[in-house]
Amino acid sequence: MGARLRTVHYLEVADLACVRGGRAVFRDLSFRLARGDALIVGGPNGSGKTSLLRLLAGLLPPAAGTISISAEGTQIADREERAKFIGWLGHYDGAKPQLTPREALRFFARLYGTASDPSLLEVVGLSRSADLPCQYLSAGQKRRLALARLKLCGRPLWLLDEPLASLDASGKALLLNLLRDHLAGGGIAVIATHDPLDLDAARLPLT
Amino acid sequence: MFGYANPKRFMELSGRLLPWLGATTAILFAAGLYLSFTAPPDYRQGDTVRIMFIHVPAAWVAMMGYGFMALASLIGLVNRHPLADVAAKQAAPLGALFTALALITGSLWGRPMWGTYWQWDGRLTSFLLLLFLYLGYIALWNAIENEVRAAKAAAILALVGVVNLPIIEFSVQWWTTLHQGESIFRRGGPTISAVFLWPLFIMAAAYTLLFFTLLLVRMRTEILERRMRALALAANA
Amino acid sequence: MRALGALLVRDVRLAARAGGSAVLALAFFAAVVTLVPFGIGSDAKLLARVAGGVLWVAAVLANLLALDRLFQADYEDGSLDLLALSPLSFEGITVAKMTAHWLTTGLPLTILSPVLALLLNLPATAYTALIVSLLIGTPAVSAIGSVAAALTLSIRRGGLLFPLLVLPLLTPVVIFGAGAVLARLDGVENGAIWLLAAFSVAAVLLAPFVGAAALRLNLSE
Repeated sequence: MGARLRTVHYLEVADLACVRGGRAVFRDLSFRLARGDALIVGGPNGSGKTSLLRLLAGLLPPAAGTISISAEGTQIADREERAKFIGWLGHYDGAKPQLTPREALRFFARLYGTASDPSLLEVVGLSRSADLPCQYLSAGQKRRLALARLKLCGRPLWLLDEPLASLDASGKALLLNLLRDHLAGGGIAVIATHDPLDLDAARLPLT
Repeated sequence: MFGYANPKRFMELSGRLLPWLGATTAILFAAGLYLSFTAPPDYRQGDTVRIMFIHVPAAWVAMMGYGFMALASLIGLVNRHPLADVAAKQAAPLGALFTALALITGSLWGRPMWGTYWQWDGRLTSFLLLLFLYLGYIALWNAIENEVRAAKAAAILALVGVVNLPIIEFSVQWWTTLHQGESIFRRGGPTISAVFLWPLFIMAAAYTLLFFTLLLVRMRTEILERRMRALALAANA
Repeated sequence: MRALGALLVRDVRLAARAGGSAVLALAFFAAVVTLVPFGIGSDAKLLARVAGGVLWVAAVLANLLALDRLFQADYEDGSLDLLALSPLSFEGITVAKMTAHWLTTGLPLTILSPVLALLLNLPATAYTALIVSLLIGTPAVSAIGSVAAALTLSIRRGGLLFPLLVLPLLTPVVIFGAGAVLARLDGVENGAIWLLAAFSVAAVLLAPFVGAAALRLNLSE
């Protein structure tokens, strides 16, 4: 199975600008992340943290500047091409109230073309609610399910938007473990958060 | 942030063109209406035929308007020319207005001819559906708050509509033969004698110019409104 | 293909589960058809004549119920972002969505239609025409509806706008579909079924591309 990470050697952002609703959110943003690097993006509400992640994911077109990745020896600048390397953890978890965590994971495994791994439910501490429809899950449990999904999809470039939201202490530890694991395996991560995160990472404060 | 491709030049050009366009429209209308009312009554339809001079050009502009809107939408989508988006957006209410005019005059004409205001006649029915297409387009524009997104979505809808329009027209024609309604309005329209052709032609030209005159006015208004909003936003920031 | 299948199966499952749209669409279909005799009278001859048209109109309306939420639900809960980042193309997403919609709405409606036709006193000769026309025509409804759903996915009260957008576009389907039933009643051959098939094939082939264009624009502005 192709569950192994496809390698992204680096992510390079040059002179990036973002315009939302007629307002320039940020401009002239440049950085470069190589394998194993993490970047923590901070800043107050409305400073463009989410927009930056959406731009990196290719879910938004940049107003100016370029985003490119180097993967398997080739330079990729195309948005939809880049999307295939992204592991996404957004504000909303995409958990369908009618589906159980087990079903949700099986769905994402098939959708992303990776092997389904039910043991992941244990890793994120959901083994007891694995067969309960998601509508009965708490916000923190849904977040854990999203973490399992993120891990399962096996993408090399993680983009996490406020990943600590609604997680308890053990959930936060779990997230850190997953992140360190990911980085140690040669992955890259960009994390937007205004909570402190005990991770060896570069910082990018947006204003 | 409205980086349109030089609305300044458009404003200058349209500003200079507008009085001439307006004057020509007025002259054509005067001539067309004069001829319409001095033309002899039709041997079969009597004075009712005069409604045709109002109705047929309205129907023409109603259809042309949709074609224009679809073309502008295509240019807006492919060339990302915001002026084309503005043109398409502002053409829609005008097109809807002319469609409504065609429907009203059509049913007024139908009253003495059919003895009823509404007949599920192939053409009138097509225009009713055209009106719905226009209204849907306008509603979609108004429903989406993000202007760029609204322009693109509406453009896709206009293109889907223009591809569908001939099929809708065909299906409605097919449907009227299916139900064998007696049709006074034969395919190709009632035959028109030559004395009526001139007024009809001039009125069609007048309507067409009226459409474009009003379109320019509406486009200018929209551009000025956007400029005002941009200024207000800038002052706020 | 695996990814497309996964989305298809998930959507069918969501529609079929309790609170899903499949059963509601069927109930709506039955309710509309049941109301008709109360509106126009129970004259058996009249009902037999209008049965095909009534069933077709009701089927189209029932189809619209679940359509406006087709992409919106995924858009609102973040699933659409995850779909966009998956190996599945936007065209693939549209194909999976519209197929799932047809399997959970168009197909069950078609299967239920003979029972309702019975209530409307449709003559036995026209049953095949009714079922075949619904089987051929409802995919076009799902296809055109998917495009409109993709266009309106960000609109909060899109459900109100939706019928206005799609009804003129769906007129040919109703005309040819009901026309096919009427042809059988009158014992004539009017080619309606072929026109319907041609329209349906064109709609189903084009919809994925137009739907994908609509999804792209909605995700990227």
